[in-house]
Amino acid sequence: MRAPSLLMLLAAAGFTGACGGKPAPEEPAPEPTPVEVPQPAPEPADDSADRERMERERMAREAAERSRAVAADLAAMINFDYDQATVRPADQATLDRKAVVLTANPNVKLRISGHADERGSDEYNLALANRRAAAAKRYLENKGVDGARLDVISYGEERPLNPGSDETAFAQNRRDEFEVTSGGDNLTAPQ
Amino acid sequence: MKRFYFVLFPMFAAAGTLAAQDTTRVDEGVRVGVDYRPGVKPGLVVLPGPGLDSVRAIVQRDLDYSDRFEMITVADAPRVATTTGGGTTEATGPVNYELYKSLGAEFAVELTQAAGGVTARLHEVNAGKLRNQQTVPLSSGPDFRLEVHRVADEVTRWASGTSGAAASRLLFVSRGRVYRADSDGHDLTPVTPAGQTSLSPAWSPDGQRIAYTQLGEGRGGIVVQSLSNGATFLAQGSQTALNITPAFSPDGRTLAFAHSDERGTDIYTANVTERCCAQRLTVGRFADNLSPTFSPDGRRIAFISTRAGPPQLYVMAADGTDQELLAPFDFGATGSSNAPEWSADGASVVFHREVSGSPQIFLVDVSGRRVRQLTSSGRNEDPTWAPDGRHVAFISDRSGRRQIWIVDIETGRVRQLASPDAARLPSWSRRLGRTTIVPNP
Repeated sequence: MRAPSLLMLLAAAGFTGACGGKPAPEEPAPEPTPVEVPQPAPEPADDSADRERMERERMAREAAERSRAVAADLAAMINFDYDQATVRPADQATLDRKAVVLTANPNVKLRISGHADERGSDEYNLALANRRAAAAKRYLENKGVDGARLDVISYGEERPLNPGSDETAFAQNRRDEFEVTSGGDNLTAPQ
Repeated sequence: MKRFYFVLFPMFAAAGTLAAQDTTRVDEGVRVGVDYRPGVKPGLVVLPGPGLDSVRAIVQRDLDYSDRFEMITVADAPRVATTTGGGTTEATGPVNYELYKSLGAEFAVELTQAAGGVTARLHEVNAGKLRNQQTVPLSSGPDFRLEVHRVADEVTRWASGTSGAAASRLLFVSRGRVYRADSDGHDLTPVTPAGQTSLSPAWSPDGQRIAYTQLGEGRGGIVVQSLSNGATFLAQGSQTALNITPAFSPDGRTLAFAHSDERGTDIYTANVTERCCAQRLTVGRFADNLSPTFSPDGRRIAFISTRAGPPQLYVMAADGTDQELLAPFDFGATGSSNAPEWSADGASVVFHREVSGSPQIFLVDVSGRRVRQLTSSGRNEDPTWAPDGRHVAFISDRSGRRQIWIVDIETGRVRQLASPDAARLPSWSRRLGRTTIVPNP
């Protein structure tokens, strides 16, 4: 008596824990059941691990996406009008996003490089592109970012993004680029 | 007699006419403030002779490029007077003044071999006499062409009273590398290593050293390099800032340059002999001040500033005081001005200014502040003075590629300097003395 009741208890507990209302495949009956009957016992543990793993992966993916989005916000270029180094109103939102990200990630340091199109004097373009990088730095400083985190350099017209010699290329080449020089891993998305 | 020679030497007459037409051709699109009067230039013939072919060719081209003479070319035949009856006499025979007079020559240049060198003689054709002669040793080393150029410059001085500029060289940048070439475009030699980005080469007044910007990752240092042994030193560091547009003072002791950081770009001077004593000359407050160029007396510096908006040409004392506008402009109408260089005679500053979106070469005379446009076809930029004060080299794309061209501001004649494509930022030396220039390995 004691043995069967214990078995049944265990089986019931097993069923309840695993599959709820599913019919019991493991009768204490003597007749042998087909060997190909699946083993339900490991299932509950496997299933929950999968879901946890998937959940972890989903969260990691989302975190990576957020991090990528944050990194993209940091890297987004801004452009300038011909022979101008003033941040255009259309680019202010781009810099505002950087300011928010930089505030949420206090270890991040940025290098801002200014660029010019091929028109204008080769030498003057070095100074002009320097002024463009400095303009972005000043804008971010005014938004509360510590200037020590922002490095300013100039490439003049030496590194065009678009090698063409038309208005489209010129407009693309008049730009500031932003490169994370440290603290770029595990970026936190701003709240 | 004239008719006799015309019949006897029709080909020489034809050659002389063609040469005259060629030299009178003014390049299209170049406007100059001086009328070109071809008749004013005296005719000059370089006499044919045995040997010395390369010397004769270099001197002939130098005299042509001096733009002071109508070059008269003759074939190899009548180097001596036919009246001597010898017929086979060498070039040392008497010069046939009547013949060259009939071809329009006022001067005849005779070059003959001398022990270890060459003897140059300048004949006055109309007077039928020798004006000057000098024997100059010529080496077979790397200075050979420079020595021949000096012969040509001396002949130019005998004939016109002013030395030519042939014994000089140009530096320029092509694809990040600094090259030098003789004033006639020959002897092209790299002077900085490949694989670097160098800009803005500038000569020391004695022609022994150059300074240039070497760009790193968005930074720039100013390197001073000896041309005799290739040794370099970093005159202004490149780790934390961008230092650009170097220029030597006339005594070669001071280097002026522009220093860029997040506060803008400002002009400094530093002592390159003792490597000390940097001094700030401009305070831009987010404006740019760059491209300094010394007056020949070393007391003033012309430079570019964006203090009023677009870059324009200003001048100050060499200590940074008395800053004022040099080339007048109409705000909102006149295009950007850049790349100034003070002439060796101190009278004018050459620069480029945007006209309808293309840079063109301009002069401003320092005393009267009058501005004169020298070019108008294609993009023409980054001018540099020849040591004779009448030729200006600049970069032009008029051929479809960016190459070095030279304009004679007296006549408007324009010629191309043989140089690789993608040439930028030329810098013309003073007249060069005896110096051995070792190419960079």
